[in-house]
Amino acid sequence: MRKIKYILQKEFIQVFRDKTMLPMILGVPIIQLVILVHAATLEMKSIDMYVIDKDLSSMSHKLINKFDGSPFYNINGVSFSLDKALETLEKNKTDVIVQIPYGFERDLIRENETEVQLLIDGINGTTASLINAYSSAVISGFNRNIMVDLTQMPSVANLEPINIETTYWYNPELNYKIYMLPGILVILVTMISMFLTAMNIVREKEVGTIEQLNVTPIKKFEFIVGKLLPFMVIALFELAFGLAIGKFFFHIPIVGSLGLLFGFTVVYLMVVLGIGLFISTISSTQQQVMFIAFFFMLVFILMSGIFTATESMPPWAQKVNIINPFYYFMRVIRMILLKGSGFRDISYEFFSLLIYGTIMLSLAVWKYRKVA
Amino acid sequence: MIKSTENIIEVKDLVKKFGDFVANDHLTFEVKKGEIFGFLGANGAGKTTAIKILSGLSYPTSGEVNVAGYDVYKEREKVKKNIGYMSQKFSLYEDLTVKENIRFYGGIYGLSNKYIKEKTESLLDRLKMRDIQNSLISSLPLGWKQKIAFSVAIFHSPKIVFLDEPTGGVDPITRRDFWEMIYEASHEGITVFVTTHYMDEAEYCGRVSIMDRGSIEGLGTPVELKGQFNAQNMDEVFLKIAR
Repeated sequence: MRKIKYILQKEFIQVFRDKTMLPMILGVPIIQLVILVHAATLEMKSIDMYVIDKDLSSMSHKLINKFDGSPFYNINGVSFSLDKALETLEKNKTDVIVQIPYGFERDLIRENETEVQLLIDGINGTTASLINAYSSAVISGFNRNIMVDLTQMPSVANLEPINIETTYWYNPELNYKIYMLPGILVILVTMISMFLTAMNIVREKEVGTIEQLNVTPIKKFEFIVGKLLPFMVIALFELAFGLAIGKFFFHIPIVGSLGLLFGFTVVYLMVVLGIGLFISTISSTQQQVMFIAFFFMLVFILMSGIFTATESMPPWAQKVNIINPFYYFMRVIRMILLKGSGFRDISYEFFSLLIYGTIMLSLAVWKYRKVA
Repeated sequence: MIKSTENIIEVKDLVKKFGDFVANDHLTFEVKKGEIFGFLGANGAGKTTAIKILSGLSYPTSGEVNVAGYDVYKEREKVKKNIGYMSQKFSLYEDLTVKENIRFYGGIYGLSNKYIKEKTESLLDRLKMRDIQNSLISSLPLGWKQKIAFSVAIFHSPKIVFLDEPTGGVDPITRRDFWEMIYEASHEGITVFVTTHYMDEAEYCGRVSIMDRGSIEGLGTPVELKGQFNAQNMDEVFLKIAR
């Protein structure tokens, strides 16, 4: 046991003596959180809209003003020509074209019914459906007011017997940042700990000092505990630091118990460090580590549910996620922070990772050989 | 030098193969306790392979190997406790200071804090390196690093120390200093097993074995070998064997 102390001492001296290390531990989370949380947003803020108003009536103006008044829309062109409108669509300058036909107001008054056409750029399916939903909402809002105006009926309640009021739980303002920040934190903690572990041991292989260690009577488990513990500490610090940034800059709610979150993180890190160690045992250069780690990271991150709900993935993908450590942590960190879930709520993820971590670490210990 | 008849290393029919390539072909030799044993051979003759097997870093393909009274197949960790090793590749941590390196390796061998402290002090005095005890290894010249590496390899007072080309790339004065350190260690009762390219160094050894293409072609004291191969010096012995 005393030997572990000496390894820890050595590792910490080396980490803090490395001039690139501190900027990496402190700088990377700030940059990643501040930039990515803002960049990785699905909210539509400025939808560029092209208007073709062939009616030029007061009604059609009212509808256009509805769009113009919304903070989400930005009207970037008006003309009578569909060709001109389509040209801007092809140049990626317009997201949606709204076409109001001739006789719009007349039909609305006489026949109580009329048509409006929306042409939406569908290259990005998610944005397209969002634009569709937003635009439909604007139009139906307009619709409601028109009915009231036309029928001169004072009460809206008569037209809408069931009044739906929606409250969003856990993230009442549907603030996308609150959803994204914990996810990015997961990536951050994982990257730092996995890369540092794998790189550290492979660097000793490259320099040759590992041979000197292998010729000592040090036990495998002492070596591995001594190697992994420093990175577990750094990763936990990273999580605390990232949470602090989230709290002060993004006001993310911390509803659940921080103790539970850190406890869960320790179990999670067993898996991640185990994978890092395993990668280092099968690689002999830092370059190999980079390639292997990047491959796994990329697949795991994209499948983790950081951007997209894992429930909507095909069944085989959901099965693959059983071995995706990100998937568990991504769920749990959001559950604990945003919903305040307790241990019972996350026990499935907790025990899954505990088993996973045990397997990964045993595999790494088994694969690690004290030979040159 | 302590003369002894007790064998501390016994190797019988040691074979190591990498695929079809035979790196060590039926090596048989003994090393006596307290001896300075020179392990000579051209590049690629199989010296490093043999030294790795003796120090428990690699398994032999077949044969009997006994080091410090332990079997290298079954009791590798016990072998490791009783040996020191200085590899061809540089083995100290460049980003740690002289003192930190000594403390780390001392700690890994399970020595007590107090013992490490006392021995470090006397070692720094002996090496006349008190002024640089807090300098990073990376800032020191190669000769100094090699001296420190050797001191670290015998810090835990092993029974045997394996030195794999310890004086490669070192100037003649430092080489002489280095050999003085080897003699000192030998006086303290540590068996020294050393590989080298320099034939003048072979003359310093008690007994010498010369390897060529995986097998031992000559074995004996420098005087015996010169007589056996009818040569003026070890250089000639070596050239006669290697051709």
